[in-house]
Amino acid sequence: MLKDITLGQFFPGKSPIHRLDPRTKIVLLIAYIVMLFVASGWVSYGIVAIFLLTAVRLSTIPLKTIVRGMKPVVMILAFTGILNLFFTQDGTVLVHFWFITITSEGVIRAIFMMSRILMLITGTFLLTYTTSPISLTDGLESLLKPLKKIHVPVHELSMMMCIALRFIPTLIEETDKIMCAQKARGADFESGNLMQRAKALVPILVPLFISAFRRADELATAMECRCYQGDVGRTKMKMLRYSRLDVNAYCVTGLVVVLIFVLKAMGL
Amino acid sequence: MASIIEAKHLAFTYPGADDTPGHQVFADLDLDIEEGSFVAVLGTNGCGKSTLAKHFNAILLPSGGKVYVNGIDTSYTERLMAVRRNVGMVFQNPDNQIVANVVEEDVAFGPENLGVAGPEIRQRVDRALKQVEMYDYREHAPHLLSGGQKQRVAIAGVIAMEPKCIVLDEPTAMLDPRGRREVMETITRLNREKGITVVLITHHMDEAARAQRVVVMDKGKIAADGTPEEVFSQVELLHAIGLAAPETVELCWQLNQHGWELPLDRLEPEECAKLLYETIKGEEAK
Repeated sequence: MLKDITLGQFFPGKSPIHRLDPRTKIVLLIAYIVMLFVASGWVSYGIVAIFLLTAVRLSTIPLKTIVRGMKPVVMILAFTGILNLFFTQDGTVLVHFWFITITSEGVIRAIFMMSRILMLITGTFLLTYTTSPISLTDGLESLLKPLKKIHVPVHELSMMMCIALRFIPTLIEETDKIMCAQKARGADFESGNLMQRAKALVPILVPLFISAFRRADELATAMECRCYQGDVGRTKMKMLRYSRLDVNAYCVTGLVVVLIFVLKAMGL
Repeated sequence: MASIIEAKHLAFTYPGADDTPGHQVFADLDLDIEEGSFVAVLGTNGCGKSTLAKHFNAILLPSGGKVYVNGIDTSYTERLMAVRRNVGMVFQNPDNQIVANVVEEDVAFGPENLGVAGPEIRQRVDRALKQVEMYDYREHAPHLLSGGQKQRVAIAGVIAMEPKCIVLDEPTAMLDPRGRREVMETITRLNREKGITVVLITHHMDEAARAQRVVVMDKGKIAADGTPEEVFSQVELLHAIGLAAPETVELCWQLNQHGWELPLDRLEPEECAKLLYETIKGEEAK
């Protein structure tokens, strides 16, 4: 049951998007988000949409998978849509019924906001779908390296992220085991009101935390045994290296960004 | 041969809370481990064998006496990394010593910490994974491997650092029989083919029987030390400590209690069977 939870799903592949350097992907995602928020007219919106669809196409991730990933955000989408639909009072009135007024401007704005959220999420999904958690952390570490000058512990943070990712499946498995053990002794997690259910979780959380601390302690010793001493004199087996592909991706995205800003200035 | 690990008058006391006296593990312990040998350290729970192992690569420092690794005093903190580079350590729980979420990345962790150049790390990782026969799994996620496979990855992670000696602290305690066999074969092969010194901490007699030398510990002292045949034939001593001899020896010993006169040095089941067969045949001939 708990094993179904997947965080930051990754679909291995060999598409051009997969082969991009993680740093490129992170930077391009940021550029894409900027574009999405700068774009205000239909034309520029369309261009951003085409940009996204091309990327999805190139990644060979089936559209179905992306749509399925949208499930958890349906509520947010619906909420945004409804808010915009009902609370925009400009434009011509389309429907007027009791206290509900729907205006043309409201419809447009609702569609606008909803598609913006959809595109935003699709873009970020594309990053996690095509980049393994390890290369994602590597990319982040390398991008944030300048912050080390102002004493931000970049390496430590990325190490922590890496270890957290490594231990998620282990801890989920352990939670499952503890739950089974408690159930075998008559614990009831499924009935009762919210308060009672929350209380029933305590006997799971306590042993889980204790074991997590024990694991952390053992892992720290094991890391020390393997000569870990922070990033002092540390090398990497896989150095991140930009390729032609990355240069091309930067150029194309750069052009699109410029285009969007020009269109914005023209009011399209 | 030169010794790779040398404990001289080693004393160690776990510090107690506040003013309470701590728990003394060793008072005065001497032990020499020769380079290239395969030594098994046996003992019941709480006899200090894990504590001893932790002294071998300066995870714990002696409160009295000295431990030398390859001639370096472990209490000399400036040389800490040199000590740990020489003596790699594998622990009981394979889950808690794997750092990365890809097998090869984990094996690379040690050499990366040592500052080895990128292309060379690649070579070392491939070599180490081939040595433990996990090369085909190099791109797998560790949590999907079996216990024995995880433990072999952990061993690969240690040998990628190219240590002179590997200390394994009950590496098979959490494994099923198959995983145990895989790990034991890997350890034996590394010792034989690569000449890596192996110190195996265990409480499995049949694992200790594979070593060249067996050290039995009891209450922080060395109770017996010698070849497996020498040590395991002292059945009464082992029983007094709370250990059992390997099953073959145990069988012969039990028979001796009933008036037989069997030697107690047959550690392999086949040898023991042969011994019994010949003895019974001899009896019949009379």
